[in-house]
Amino acid sequence: MARLEIGQIIAVLKEKLPEAVSEEVLDGVDPVIVVKAEQWAAVAELCRDDSRLGFDLLSCITGVDYPEREEGAEIEVIYNLDSTANLHELTVKVKLPRSDPRVASVEGTWATADWHERETYDLVGVIFEGHHNLVRILCADDWVGHPLRKDYEPPDSFHGIKNVIY
Amino acid sequence: MTEAKIRTEEMLLNMGPQHPSTHGVFRVVVRTDGELILESQSHIGYLHRCFEKCAEGNNYLQVVPYTDRMDYLCAMMNNWGYAASIEKLTGIEVPERAEYIRVIVAELNRVASHLLAFGTYGLDIGAITPFLYAFRDRERILKIFEKLCGQRLNYSYVRIGGVTFDMTDEILSDIEAFCDYFDPKIIDEYDNLLSYNGIFISRTANVGVIPADLAISYGVTGPSLRGSGVPRDLRRDAPYGIYDRLEFDVPVGSGEMGQVGDCWDRYMVRMREMRQSIRLVRQAIKDIPDGPFCDKKAFRGVKPKAGETYKKVEGARGEVGFYVVSDGTNIPYRVKARAPSFCNISILDKLTSMSDVMLADLVAIIGSLDIVLGEVDR
Repeated sequence: MARLEIGQIIAVLKEKLPEAVSEEVLDGVDPVIVVKAEQWAAVAELCRDDSRLGFDLLSCITGVDYPEREEGAEIEVIYNLDSTANLHELTVKVKLPRSDPRVASVEGTWATADWHERETYDLVGVIFEGHHNLVRILCADDWVGHPLRKDYEPPDSFHGIKNVIY
Repeated sequence: MTEAKIRTEEMLLNMGPQHPSTHGVFRVVVRTDGELILESQSHIGYLHRCFEKCAEGNNYLQVVPYTDRMDYLCAMMNNWGYAASIEKLTGIEVPERAEYIRVIVAELNRVASHLLAFGTYGLDIGAITPFLYAFRDRERILKIFEKLCGQRLNYSYVRIGGVTFDMTDEILSDIEAFCDYFDPKIIDEYDNLLSYNGIFISRTANVGVIPADLAISYGVTGPSLRGSGVPRDLRRDAPYGIYDRLEFDVPVGSGEMGQVGDCWDRYMVRMREMRQSIRLVRQAIKDIPDGPFCDKKAFRGVKPKAGETYKKVEGARGEVGFYVVSDGTNIPYRVKARAPSFCNISILDKLTSMSDVMLADLVAIIGSLDIVLGEVDR
Protein backbone atom coordinates (compact mmCIF):
# COMPACT_ATOMS: atom_id res chain seq x y z
CA MET A 1 0.00 0.00 0.00
CA ALA A 2 1.16 3.45 -0.64
CA ARG A 3 0.68 6.93 0.63
CA LEU A 4 -1.80 8.87 -1.52
CA GLU A 5 -1.87 12.58 -2.22
CA ILE A 6 -5.05 14.49 -1.43
CA GLY A 7 -6.02 14.58 -5.14
CA GLN A 8 -5.77 10.80 -5.38
CA ILE A 9 -7.81 10.34 -2.20
CA ILE A 10 -10.57 12.54 -3.59
CA ALA A 11 -10.44 10.61 -6.88
CA VAL A 12 -10.92 7.29 -5.07
CA LEU A 13 -13.85 8.73 -3.10
CA LYS A 14 -15.48 10.13 -6.24
CA GLU A 15 -15.02 6.87 -8.11
CA LYS A 16 -17.23 5.03 -5.62
CA LEU A 17 -19.48 7.85 -4.46
CA PRO A 18 -19.61 10.53 -7.19
CA GLU A 19 -21.68 12.92 -5.06
CA ALA A 20 -19.64 12.42 -1.91
CA VAL A 21 -17.35 15.42 -1.93
CA SER A 22 -19.33 18.65 -2.08
CA GLU A 23 -16.40 21.01 -1.63
CA GLU A 24 -12.61 20.80 -1.72
CA VAL A 25 -10.54 23.33 0.19
CA LEU A 26 -6.99 22.70 -0.95
CA ASP A 27 -5.39 26.11 -0.37
CA GLY A 28 -5.54 26.03 3.43
CA VAL A 29 -2.81 24.82 5.79
CA ASP A 30 -4.32 21.33 5.66
CA PRO A 31 -6.35 20.17 2.67
CA VAL A 32 -9.96 19.67 3.71
CA ILE A 33 -12.88 17.97 2.02
CA VAL A 34 -16.46 18.84 2.85
CA VAL A 35 -19.02 16.05 2.83
CA LYS A 36 -22.80 16.42 2.90
CA ALA A 37 -24.28 15.34 6.22
CA GLU A 38 -26.58 12.73 4.67
CA GLN A 39 -23.65 11.12 2.83
CA TRP A 40 -21.19 11.03 5.71
CA ALA A 41 -22.03 7.53 6.96
CA ALA A 42 -21.43 6.03 3.51
CA VAL A 43 -18.24 8.05 3.01
CA ALA A 44 -16.95 6.98 6.43
CA GLU A 45 -17.39 3.32 5.60
CA LEU A 46 -15.73 3.77 2.23
CA CYS A 47 -12.82 5.58 3.88
CA ARG A 48 -12.25 2.68 6.22
CA ASP A 49 -12.94 -0.24 3.88
CA ASP A 50 -11.29 0.76 0.61
CA SER A 51 -7.78 -0.66 0.86
CA ARG A 52 -6.29 2.23 -1.14
CA LEU A 53 -7.60 4.62 1.50
CA GLY A 54 -7.48 2.41 4.60
CA PHE A 55 -8.43 5.10 7.11
CA ASP A 56 -8.66 2.74 10.06
CA LEU A 57 -7.86 5.24 12.79
CA LEU A 58 -10.23 8.07 13.66
CA SER A 59 -7.90 10.45 15.40
CA CYS A 60 -10.16 13.30 16.45
CA ILE A 61 -13.63 14.79 16.19
CA THR A 62 -13.97 18.54 16.63
CA GLY A 63 -17.13 20.62 16.69
CA VAL A 64 -16.86 24.32 15.86
CA ASP A 65 -19.68 26.81 16.25
CA TYR A 66 -20.07 29.59 13.66
CA PRO A 67 -23.13 31.64 14.66
CA GLU A 68 -22.37 34.54 12.30
CA ARG A 69 -21.81 33.02 8.89
CA GLU A 70 -23.11 34.90 5.87
CA GLU A 71 -24.70 31.76 4.42
CA GLY A 72 -26.48 31.09 7.72
CA ALA A 73 -25.39 30.03 11.19
CA GLU A 74 -23.51 26.74 11.03
CA ILE A 75 -21.79 24.14 13.13
CA GLU A 76 -18.89 22.32 11.57
CA VAL A 77 -17.95 18.84 12.66
CA ILE A 78 -14.41 17.96 11.69
CA TYR A 79 -13.13 14.39 11.50
CA ASN A 80 -9.38 13.73 11.37
CA LEU A 81 -8.69 10.35 9.82
CA ASP A 82 -5.44 8.43 9.81
CA SER A 83 -4.28 5.34 8.04
CA THR A 84 -1.94 3.11 10.02
CA ALA A 85 -0.98 1.11 6.92
CA ASN A 86 -0.76 3.83 4.25
CA LEU A 87 0.38 6.61 6.58
CA HIS A 88 -1.75 9.31 4.96
CA GLU A 89 -4.28 11.55 6.66
CA LEU A 90 -7.53 13.21 5.72
CA THR A 91 -9.57 16.01 7.22
CA VAL A 92 -13.28 15.70 6.56
CA LYS A 93 -15.75 18.41 7.40
CA VAL A 94 -19.51 18.13 7.73
CA LYS A 95 -21.40 21.41 7.83
CA LEU A 96 -24.66 21.42 9.76
CA PRO A 97 -27.34 24.08 10.27
CA ARG A 98 -26.91 25.58 13.73
CA SER A 99 -30.64 25.44 14.45
CA ASP A 100 -30.74 21.66 14.10
CA PRO A 101 -27.25 20.13 13.95
CA ARG A 102 -27.75 16.46 13.17
CA VAL A 103 -25.35 14.01 11.57
CA ALA A 104 -25.15 10.23 11.46
CA SER A 105 -23.05 8.58 14.13
CA VAL A 106 -19.99 6.68 12.92
CA GLU A 107 -19.44 4.63 16.05
CA GLY A 108 -20.18 1.51 14.02
CA THR A 109 -17.32 2.37 11.69
CA TRP A 110 -14.78 3.46 14.29
CA ALA A 111 -15.49 2.43 17.87
CA THR A 112 -13.53 5.41 19.19
CA ALA A 113 -16.23 7.69 17.76
CA ASP A 114 -18.45 6.66 20.70
CA TRP A 115 -16.69 8.86 23.24
CA HIS A 116 -15.62 11.54 20.78
CA GLU A 117 -19.23 12.03 19.66
CA ARG A 118 -20.44 12.14 23.23
CA GLU A 119 -17.91 14.86 23.92
CA THR A 120 -18.94 16.85 20.86
CA TYR A 121 -22.57 16.49 21.88
CA ASP A 122 -21.77 17.55 25.42
CA LEU A 123 -19.71 20.62 24.60
CA VAL A 124 -21.03 21.78 21.22
CA GLY A 125 -24.49 20.26 21.12
CA VAL A 126 -24.32 18.23 17.93
CA ILE A 127 -26.83 15.37 17.76
CA PHE A 128 -25.29 12.16 16.43
CA GLU A 129 -28.15 10.09 15.10
CA GLY A 130 -27.92 6.37 15.77
CA HIS A 131 -25.50 6.69 18.68
CA HIS A 132 -26.37 4.04 21.27
CA ASN A 133 -25.78 6.22 24.32
CA LEU A 134 -25.63 9.91 23.49
CA VAL A 135 -25.29 11.37 27.00
CA ARG A 136 -22.94 13.95 28.46
CA ILE A 137 -19.44 12.74 29.15
CA LEU A 138 -17.38 15.61 30.62
CA CYS A 139 -20.01 17.89 32.13
CA ALA A 140 -22.44 16.73 34.81
CA ASP A 141 -25.52 14.87 33.59
CA ASP A 142 -27.87 17.69 34.60
CA TRP A 143 -25.73 20.50 33.14
CA VAL A 144 -27.68 22.98 31.04
CA GLY A 145 -26.42 24.19 27.68
CA HIS A 146 -23.40 23.41 25.56
CA PRO A 147 -20.36 25.36 26.80
CA LEU A 148 -18.50 25.67 23.51
CA ARG A 149 -21.37 27.36 21.70
CA LYS A 150 -20.31 30.94 21.11
CA ASP A 151 -23.46 32.37 22.73
CA TYR A 152 -23.14 30.22 25.86
CA GLU A 153 -23.71 32.02 29.16
CA PRO A 154 -22.30 30.24 32.22
CA PRO A 155 -24.88 29.74 34.99
CA ASP A 156 -24.70 31.86 38.14
CA SER A 157 -24.66 28.78 40.31
CA PHE A 158 -24.75 25.00 40.03
CA HIS A 159 -26.41 23.03 42.85
CA GLY A 160 -25.78 25.88 45.22
CA ILE A 161 -22.13 26.32 44.22
CA LYS A 162 -21.66 29.92 43.14
CA ASN A 163 -19.88 30.78 39.91
CA VAL A 164 -17.22 33.14 41.26
CA ILE A 165 -15.38 35.22 38.69
CA TYR A 166 -12.18 36.74 40.00
CA MET B 1 -20.05 -35.53 49.33
CA THR B 2 -23.01 -33.30 48.51
CA GLU B 3 -22.58 -29.95 46.94
CA ALA B 4 -23.40 -27.09 49.26
CA LYS B 5 -26.25 -24.94 48.08
CA ILE B 6 -24.50 -21.69 47.41
CA ARG B 7 -26.65 -18.89 46.16
CA THR B 8 -24.87 -16.55 43.79
CA GLU B 9 -26.06 -13.10 42.98
CA GLU B 10 -24.90 -10.43 40.62
CA MET B 11 -23.52 -7.39 42.34
CA LEU B 12 -22.94 -3.81 41.30
CA LEU B 13 -19.62 -2.49 42.55
CA ASN B 14 -18.46 1.05 42.40
CA MET B 15 -14.73 1.57 41.91
CA GLY B 16 -13.66 5.17 42.26
CA PRO B 17 -13.81 8.12 41.72
CA GLN B 18 -11.39 8.12 44.65
CA HIS B 19 -9.45 4.91 44.29
CA PRO B 20 -5.69 4.42 44.39
CA SER B 21 -5.60 2.14 41.35
CA THR B 22 -7.49 4.41 39.00
CA HIS B 23 -4.54 6.84 38.99
CA GLY B 24 -6.79 9.82 39.54
CA VAL B 25 -10.48 10.55 39.71
CA PHE B 26 -11.94 7.91 37.46
CA ARG B 27 -15.01 5.84 38.24
CA VAL B 28 -15.89 2.40 36.96
CA VAL B 29 -19.15 0.74 37.82
CA VAL B 30 -18.75 -3.01 37.49
CA ARG B 31 -21.39 -5.70 37.47
CA THR B 32 -19.81 -8.77 38.99
CA ASP B 33 -20.65 -12.43 39.36
CA GLY B 34 -18.43 -13.47 42.22
CA GLU B 35 -14.90 -12.50 41.23
CA LEU B 36 -15.80 -12.28 37.56
CA ILE B 37 -16.68 -9.03 35.84
CA LEU B 38 -19.67 -9.29 33.54
CA GLU B 39 -19.78 -5.69 32.45
CA SER B 40 -18.27 -2.37 33.33
CA GLN B 41 -19.15 1.22 32.68
CA SER B 42 -16.58 4.01 32.87
CA HIS B 43 -17.49 7.48 34.06
CA ILE B 44 -15.12 10.35 33.44
CA GLY B 45 -15.34 14.11 33.80
CA TYR B 46 -14.48 14.48 37.48
CA LEU B 47 -11.40 16.50 36.59
CA HIS B 48 -12.91 18.55 33.77
CA ARG B 49 -11.31 21.99 33.88
CA CYS B 50 -12.67 23.35 30.60
CA PHE B 51 -9.34 23.57 28.78
CA GLU B 52 -11.03 24.18 25.46
CA LYS B 53 -13.27 26.90 26.84
CA CYS B 54 -10.35 28.59 28.62
CA ALA B 55 -8.34 28.52 25.39
CA GLU B 56 -11.02 30.62 23.68
CA GLY B 57 -10.55 33.38 26.23
CA ASN B 58 -6.76 33.67 26.22
CA ASN B 59 -4.27 34.63 23.57
CA TYR B 60 -2.10 32.03 21.85
CA LEU B 61 0.80 32.35 24.30
CA GLN B 62 -1.42 32.20 27.36
CA VAL B 63 -2.82 28.83 26.31
CA VAL B 64 0.57 27.10 26.78
CA PRO B 65 0.33 26.70 30.60
CA TYR B 66 -3.09 25.06 30.23
CA THR B 67 -1.54 22.37 28.04
CA ASP B 68 0.89 21.51 30.86
CA ARG B 69 -1.99 20.62 33.08
CA MET B 70 -3.53 18.15 30.68
CA ASP B 71 -0.99 15.36 30.90
CA TYR B 72 1.05 16.64 33.80
CA LEU B 73 3.41 13.67 33.64
CA CYS B 74 4.72 14.48 30.19
CA ALA B 75 4.01 18.19 29.90
CA MET B 76 6.86 18.72 27.42
CA MET B 77 5.05 16.75 24.73
CA ASN B 78 1.79 18.59 25.32
CA ASN B 79 3.61 21.91 25.05
CA TRP B 80 5.28 20.66 21.91
CA GLY B 81 2.05 19.43 20.36
CA TYR B 82 0.39 22.78 20.91
CA ALA B 83 3.43 24.77 19.80
CA ALA B 84 3.83 22.60 16.70
CA SER B 85 0.22 23.15 15.65
CA ILE B 86 0.53 26.94 16.00
CA GLU B 87 3.87 26.87 14.18
CA LYS B 88 2.22 24.92 11.38
CA LEU B 89 -0.62 27.45 11.28
CA THR B 90 1.63 30.51 11.23
CA GLY B 91 4.60 29.09 9.35
CA ILE B 92 7.04 30.09 12.09
CA GLU B 93 10.45 28.46 11.65
CA VAL B 94 11.94 26.97 14.78
CA PRO B 95 15.71 27.49 15.20
CA GLU B 96 17.83 24.38 14.77
CA ARG B 97 19.13 24.45 18.33
CA ALA B 98 15.61 24.63 19.72
CA GLU B 99 14.64 21.52 17.76
CA TYR B 100 17.49 19.57 19.35
CA ILE B 101 16.65 20.88 22.81
CA ARG B 102 13.03 19.85 22.26
CA VAL B 103 14.05 16.29 21.45
CA ILE B 104 16.30 16.11 24.52
CA VAL B 105 13.68 17.40 26.96
CA ALA B 106 10.82 15.46 25.38
CA GLU B 107 12.68 12.16 25.50
CA LEU B 108 13.83 12.76 29.07
CA ASN B 109 10.24 13.55 29.93
CA ARG B 110 9.17 10.32 28.26
CA VAL B 111 11.61 8.41 30.46
CA ALA B 112 10.28 10.21 33.56
CA SER B 113 6.72 9.42 32.55
CA HIS B 114 7.44 5.76 31.79
CA LEU B 115 9.31 5.49 35.10
CA LEU B 116 6.18 6.60 36.90
CA ALA B 117 4.11 4.16 34.85
CA PHE B 118 6.54 1.38 35.77
CA GLY B 119 6.54 2.24 39.45
CA THR B 120 2.82 2.65 39.89
CA TYR B 121 2.10 -0.44 37.81
CA GLY B 122 4.15 -2.48 40.24
CA LEU B 123 2.25 -0.82 43.06
CA ASP B 124 -1.10 -1.69 41.45
CA ILE B 125 -0.13 -5.33 41.16
CA GLY B 126 1.28 -5.51 44.67
CA ALA B 127 5.03 -4.96 44.21
CA ILE B 128 5.88 -1.95 46.32
CA THR B 129 9.66 -1.85 45.97
CA PRO B 130 9.90 -0.90 42.26
CA PHE B 131 7.91 2.24 42.99
CA LEU B 132 10.64 3.52 45.32
CA TYR B 133 13.37 2.78 42.77
CA ALA B 134 11.39 4.45 39.98
CA PHE B 135 10.86 7.61 42.01
CA ARG B 136 14.51 7.72 42.98
CA ASP B 137 15.50 7.91 39.31
CA ARG B 138 12.59 10.06 38.18
CA GLU B 139 13.72 12.58 40.76
CA ARG B 140 17.03 12.96 38.93
CA ILE B 141 15.20 13.93 35.74
CA LEU B 142 12.92 16.34 37.57
CA LYS B 143 15.98 17.96 39.16
CA ILE B 144 17.44 18.50 35.69
CA PHE B 145 14.18 20.08 34.53
CA GLU B 146 14.05 22.24 37.63
CA LYS B 147 17.54 23.50 36.84
CA LEU B 148 16.53 24.12 33.25
CA CYS B 149 13.24 25.95 33.69
CA GLY B 150 12.47 26.18 37.39
CA GLN B 151 9.60 23.73 37.19
CA ARG B 152 9.30 20.10 38.12
CA LEU B 153 6.06 19.17 36.35
CA ASN B 154 4.29 22.02 34.58
CA TYR B 155 7.16 23.29 32.51
CA SER B 156 5.63 25.53 29.81
CA TYR B 157 9.13 25.13 28.44
CA VAL B 158 8.42 24.37 24.79
CA ARG B 159 6.69 27.43 23.41
CA ILE B 160 5.62 28.74 20.04
CA GLY B 161 8.82 29.43 18.11
CA GLY B 162 11.33 27.64 20.32
CA VAL B 163 12.04 26.96 23.97
CA THR B 164 11.99 29.32 26.95
CA PHE B 165 15.56 29.02 28.21
CA ASP B 166 18.79 27.96 26.60
CA MET B 167 20.36 24.64 27.50
CA THR B 168 23.63 25.39 29.27
CA ASP B 169 26.70 23.17 29.05
CA GLU B 170 26.32 22.38 32.73
CA ILE B 171 22.82 21.00 32.22
CA LEU B 172 23.94 19.08 29.16
CA SER B 173 26.65 17.38 31.19
CA ASP B 174 24.08 16.64 33.91
CA ILE B 175 21.91 14.95 31.31
CA GLU B 176 24.86 12.97 29.95
CA ALA B 177 25.69 11.87 33.47
CA PHE B 178 22.09 10.75 33.95
CA CYS B 179 22.15 8.77 30.70
CA ASP B 180 25.36 7.00 31.72
CA TYR B 181 23.93 6.25 35.12
CA PHE B 182 20.59 5.06 33.80
CA ASP B 183 21.25 3.03 30.69
CA PRO B 184 21.90 0.11 30.63
CA LYS B 185 22.62 -0.61 34.29
CA ILE B 186 19.48 0.74 35.94
CA ILE B 187 17.01 -0.45 33.30
CA ASP B 188 18.53 -3.93 33.51
CA GLU B 189 18.03 -3.70 37.24
CA TYR B 190 14.34 -2.86 36.71
CA ASP B 191 13.95 -5.81 34.37
CA ASN B 192 15.45 -8.12 36.97
CA LEU B 193 13.37 -6.58 39.70
CA LEU B 194 9.95 -6.62 38.05
CA SER B 195 9.73 -7.42 34.33
CA TYR B 196 10.84 -11.06 34.58
CA ASN B 197 9.50 -11.64 38.07
CA GLY B 198 7.39 -14.81 38.06
CA ILE B 199 4.52 -13.40 40.09
CA PHE B 200 4.42 -10.25 37.98
CA ILE B 201 4.29 -12.30 34.79
CA SER B 202 1.44 -14.46 36.10
CA ARG B 203 -0.50 -11.34 36.98
CA THR B 204 -0.01 -9.63 33.59
CA ALA B 205 0.59 -12.23 30.86
CA ASN B 206 -2.59 -13.26 28.98
CA VAL B 207 -4.54 -10.60 30.88
CA GLY B 208 -6.43 -7.82 29.10
CA VAL B 209 -5.47 -8.92 25.60
CA ILE B 210 -6.22 -6.23 23.01
CA PRO B 211 -6.15 -7.47 19.39
CA ALA B 212 -4.50 -5.05 16.97
CA ASP B 213 -7.60 -4.27 14.90
CA LEU B 214 -9.69 -3.60 18.00
CA ALA B 215 -7.02 -1.30 19.38
CA ILE B 216 -6.96 0.75 16.18
CA SER B 217 -10.73 0.90 16.03
CA TYR B 218 -10.83 2.30 19.56
CA GLY B 219 -8.22 4.89 18.67
CA VAL B 220 -5.65 3.41 21.04
CA THR B 221 -2.22 4.88 20.31
CA GLY B 222 1.24 5.02 21.79
CA PRO B 223 2.79 2.20 23.84
CA SER B 224 -0.64 0.64 24.37
CA LEU B 225 -1.09 0.25 20.61
CA ARG B 226 2.48 -0.92 20.07
CA GLY B 227 1.93 -3.49 22.79
CA SER B 228 -0.64 -5.03 20.44
CA GLY B 229 2.06 -5.46 17.82
CA VAL B 230 1.27 -2.43 15.63
CA PRO B 231 4.54 -0.60 14.87
CA ARG B 232 3.00 2.86 14.69
CA ASP B 233 5.08 5.69 16.06
CA LEU B 234 4.63 9.25 14.80
CA ARG B 235 8.28 10.02 15.43
CA ARG B 236 9.10 7.59 12.66
CA ASP B 237 5.90 7.46 10.57
CA ALA B 238 5.20 11.20 10.37
CA PRO B 239 8.46 12.74 11.59
CA TYR B 240 8.27 16.16 13.16
CA GLY B 241 11.12 18.24 14.53
CA ILE B 242 14.40 16.49 13.81
CA TYR B 243 13.32 12.92 14.49
CA ASP B 244 14.02 11.96 10.88
CA ARG B 245 17.73 12.58 11.48
CA LEU B 246 17.96 10.36 14.54
CA GLU B 247 18.20 6.61 14.79
CA PHE B 248 15.93 4.61 17.05
CA ASP B 249 13.90 1.42 17.08
CA VAL B 250 10.18 1.12 17.69
CA PRO B 251 9.61 -1.70 20.20
CA VAL B 252 6.39 -3.67 19.73
CA GLY B 253 4.71 -6.37 21.74
CA SER B 254 5.27 -9.92 20.48
CA GLY B 255 3.51 -12.07 23.06
CA GLU B 256 6.75 -13.28 24.67
CA MET B 257 5.07 -14.24 27.93
CA GLY B 258 1.57 -14.90 26.68
CA GLN B 259 -0.54 -13.48 23.87
CA VAL B 260 0.26 -10.45 21.75
CA GLY B 261 -1.38 -7.37 23.26
CA ASP B 262 -1.60 -8.50 26.87
CA CYS B 263 -0.74 -6.34 29.84
CA TRP B 264 2.84 -7.61 29.98
CA ASP B 265 3.42 -6.61 26.35
CA ARG B 266 2.17 -3.08 26.96
CA TYR B 267 4.29 -2.83 30.06
CA MET B 268 7.39 -4.14 28.30
CA VAL B 269 7.03 -1.72 25.37
CA ARG B 270 7.44 1.13 27.87
CA MET B 271 10.52 -0.45 29.42
CA ARG B 272 12.11 -0.87 26.00
CA GLU B 273 11.12 2.62 24.93
CA MET B 274 13.11 4.07 27.80
CA ARG B 275 16.28 2.61 26.30
CA GLN B 276 15.39 4.11 22.92
CA SER B 277 14.67 7.49 24.49
CA ILE B 278 18.10 7.52 26.14
CA ARG B 279 19.58 6.59 22.77
CA LEU B 280 17.81 9.58 21.19
CA VAL B 281 18.97 11.93 23.94
CA ARG B 282 22.58 10.83 23.47
CA GLN B 283 22.42 11.45 19.71
CA ALA B 284 20.81 14.84 20.16
CA ILE B 285 23.40 15.92 22.72
CA LYS B 286 26.19 14.83 20.38
CA ASP B 287 24.88 16.85 17.43
CA ILE B 288 23.37 19.89 19.14
CA PRO B 289 24.38 23.02 17.21
CA ASP B 290 25.04 26.51 18.54
CA GLY B 291 22.68 29.34 17.74
CA PRO B 292 19.48 30.96 18.94
CA PHE B 293 17.03 28.88 20.96
CA CYS B 294 13.88 30.78 20.14
CA ASP B 295 12.16 33.02 17.62
CA LYS B 296 12.08 36.23 19.68
CA LYS B 297 9.30 37.75 17.60
CA ALA B 298 7.02 34.77 18.11
CA PHE B 299 7.68 34.94 21.87
CA ARG B 300 6.14 38.43 21.96
CA GLY B 301 2.90 37.17 20.48
CA VAL B 302 1.50 35.51 17.40
CA LYS B 303 -1.42 36.39 15.20
CA PRO B 304 -2.02 33.62 12.66
CA LYS B 305 -3.97 34.29 9.51
CA ALA B 306 -7.50 32.91 9.43
CA GLY B 307 -7.27 29.18 8.92
CA GLU B 308 -7.16 25.89 10.69
CA THR B 309 -4.88 22.94 11.14
CA TYR B 310 -4.43 19.66 12.96
CA LYS B 311 -1.06 18.54 14.21
CA LYS B 312 -0.15 15.64 16.41
CA VAL B 313 3.00 14.49 18.13
CA GLU B 314 3.96 11.28 19.89
CA GLY B 315 3.47 11.77 23.60
CA ALA B 316 4.36 9.28 26.31
CA ARG B 317 0.83 7.85 26.23
CA GLY B 318 0.05 8.16 22.56
CA GLU B 319 -0.73 10.74 19.95
CA VAL B 320 -1.28 14.22 21.34
CA GLY B 321 -3.17 16.25 18.75
CA PHE B 322 -4.36 19.83 18.61
CA TYR B 323 -6.97 21.09 16.18
CA VAL B 324 -6.65 24.87 16.12
CA VAL B 325 -8.99 27.28 14.32
CA SER B 326 -7.84 30.87 13.90
CA ASP B 327 -10.04 33.78 12.91
CA GLY B 328 -7.13 36.16 12.34
CA THR B 329 -7.02 37.64 15.84
CA ASN B 330 -4.50 36.91 18.60
CA ILE B 331 -7.03 34.73 20.43
CA PRO B 332 -7.78 31.24 19.13
CA TYR B 333 -11.30 30.77 17.79
CA ARG B 334 -11.28 27.11 18.82
CA VAL B 335 -8.70 24.75 20.24
CA LYS B 336 -9.51 21.09 20.42
CA ALA B 337 -7.14 18.72 22.14
CA ARG B 338 -6.95 15.07 21.21
CA ALA B 339 -5.82 13.45 24.42
CA PRO B 340 -4.36 9.94 24.01
CA SER B 341 -5.53 8.74 27.45
CA PHE B 342 -9.11 9.70 26.58
CA CYS B 343 -9.10 7.30 23.63
CA ASN B 344 -7.00 4.62 25.34
CA ILE B 345 -9.28 4.24 28.35
CA SER B 346 -12.42 4.09 26.21
CA ILE B 347 -11.50 0.49 25.32
CA LEU B 348 -11.83 -0.63 28.96
CA ASP B 349 -15.58 -1.32 28.83
CA LYS B 350 -15.11 -3.38 25.69
CA LEU B 351 -12.31 -5.43 27.27
CA THR B 352 -14.33 -6.32 30.32
CA SER B 353 -17.37 -7.34 28.28
CA MET B 354 -15.64 -9.41 25.60
CA SER B 355 -13.56 -11.69 27.80
CA ASP B 356 -13.61 -13.11 31.30
CA VAL B 357 -11.91 -10.50 33.43
CA MET B 358 -11.40 -11.05 37.13
CA LEU B 359 -11.93 -8.15 39.48
CA ALA B 360 -8.25 -8.07 40.37
CA ASP B 361 -7.34 -7.99 36.68
CA LEU B 362 -9.26 -4.76 36.18
CA VAL B 363 -6.57 -3.00 38.18
CA ALA B 364 -3.89 -4.65 36.06
CA ILE B 365 -5.63 -3.54 32.86
CA ILE B 366 -6.15 0.07 33.92
CA GLY B 367 -2.53 0.26 35.03
CA SER B 368 -1.24 -1.22 31.78
CA LEU B 369 -3.13 1.42 29.77
CA ASP B 370 -1.26 4.06 31.79
CA ILE B 371 -3.84 6.83 31.87
CA VAL B 372 -3.54 10.32 33.28
CA LEU B 373 -6.92 11.67 34.29
CA GLY B 374 -5.86 15.27 33.85
CA GLU B 375 -5.69 14.49 30.18
CA VAL B 376 -8.80 12.31 29.97
CA ASP B 377 -10.97 15.12 31.31
CA ARG B 378 -8.92 18.15 30.28
